[in-house]
Amino acid sequence: MSYTIEEGAGGGSLAEKSSLIQGLLAIWPICVGYIPLGLAMGVLGEKAGLSPLQVFFMSLCVFAGSGQFIAVSMITAGASIAAIVLTTFIVNLRHLLMSSSLAVHYQGACRKKITMLSYGIVDETFAVNLNQLKIGPWEIEKAIVASYAAFFSWVISTTIGCYFGRFIPENAFGLDYALTAMFITLLIYQLGGRIFVITAILAGASAVGLSLVIPGNAYIIIATLFAATAGVIIKKWSQAHGKS
Amino acid sequence: MENHSYIILILGMGLVSFIPRWVPLFFLSKRQLPPLLIEWLELIPVAILSALLVPALVTHGTPRVFAPFSIEMLVAIPTFVFAWYTKSLGGTLVVGMLLYWGAGMVM
Repeated sequence: MSYTIEEGAGGGSLAEKSSLIQGLLAIWPICVGYIPLGLAMGVLGEKAGLSPLQVFFMSLCVFAGSGQFIAVSMITAGASIAAIVLTTFIVNLRHLLMSSSLAVHYQGACRKKITMLSYGIVDETFAVNLNQLKIGPWEIEKAIVASYAAFFSWVISTTIGCYFGRFIPENAFGLDYALTAMFITLLIYQLGGRIFVITAILAGASAVGLSLVIPGNAYIIIATLFAATAGVIIKKWSQAHGKS
Repeated sequence: MENHSYIILILGMGLVSFIPRWVPLFFLSKRQLPPLLIEWLELIPVAILSALLVPALVTHGTPRVFAPFSIEMLVAIPTFVFAWYTKSLGGTLVVGMLLYWGAGMVM
């Protein structure tokens, strides 16, 4: 099942394959992973009193897993529109860093495509596109196809979840673990060297510490900024000392 | 929720979700970035993923408490080993879900 990675690294005959097929080959596990998540989100939406059409439009306009889960729970709790929008903003602010990170790879790309790609940036599409960029050329068209395939899967499965979700028992087939399992793999993809491992440990440890003292999701951004900064300092320091 | 206020809600949510995704990519991709910034941005993905994952494994509840011996953590170990050796996203997804499902029935 690891053929997506091997093929991506292979090149050669793949060069003739269309962007569409390559994009889909890279993203399909995310599309599958979105099915249980999307169903769960749809069920919660139904419990919050939303219609399938309302859930459909929320997924279409927002496309943010954790942001939507939080929004639905706030709707259930009767929160104000302003409070929900503000929370969504804070929860999704981490995409700012992902967008900056992708900008390095798409210097000088067409603005229309840049805008299209940016709409599809979520944790999972970002990690998959970054992984493809690391193992070889990954044109913006392929990144767009991959991101929008995941987007499509999310919109469809959240809507279906709202229709049929009430018939699915809680934690059937370990559905609740889908996102965790995906993040474990996506994290491993990123561990391409000592400095990446050090940064991951710093980020994980500081995120745990901060999450215990700060309510909400701000710990994600703070721990990320801290770990990446510390990582660069450690890298520079060891380079300076290695050379002398 | 009535349709009128719901439309305002999702448009607001959509806007605040889109802007942080769009602004850096749109403006940073048009200029040469300093090398130090690029090195920093290269470490962002691994840091974000770790910051998202680890607290989900070892903390629990609201307000959060430290709970390192959870089913989530127990299942994460074999899932991590499987992912490490196979590098397969789809396979790890299935293995992780099955292990979690099984662990939930046993414990």
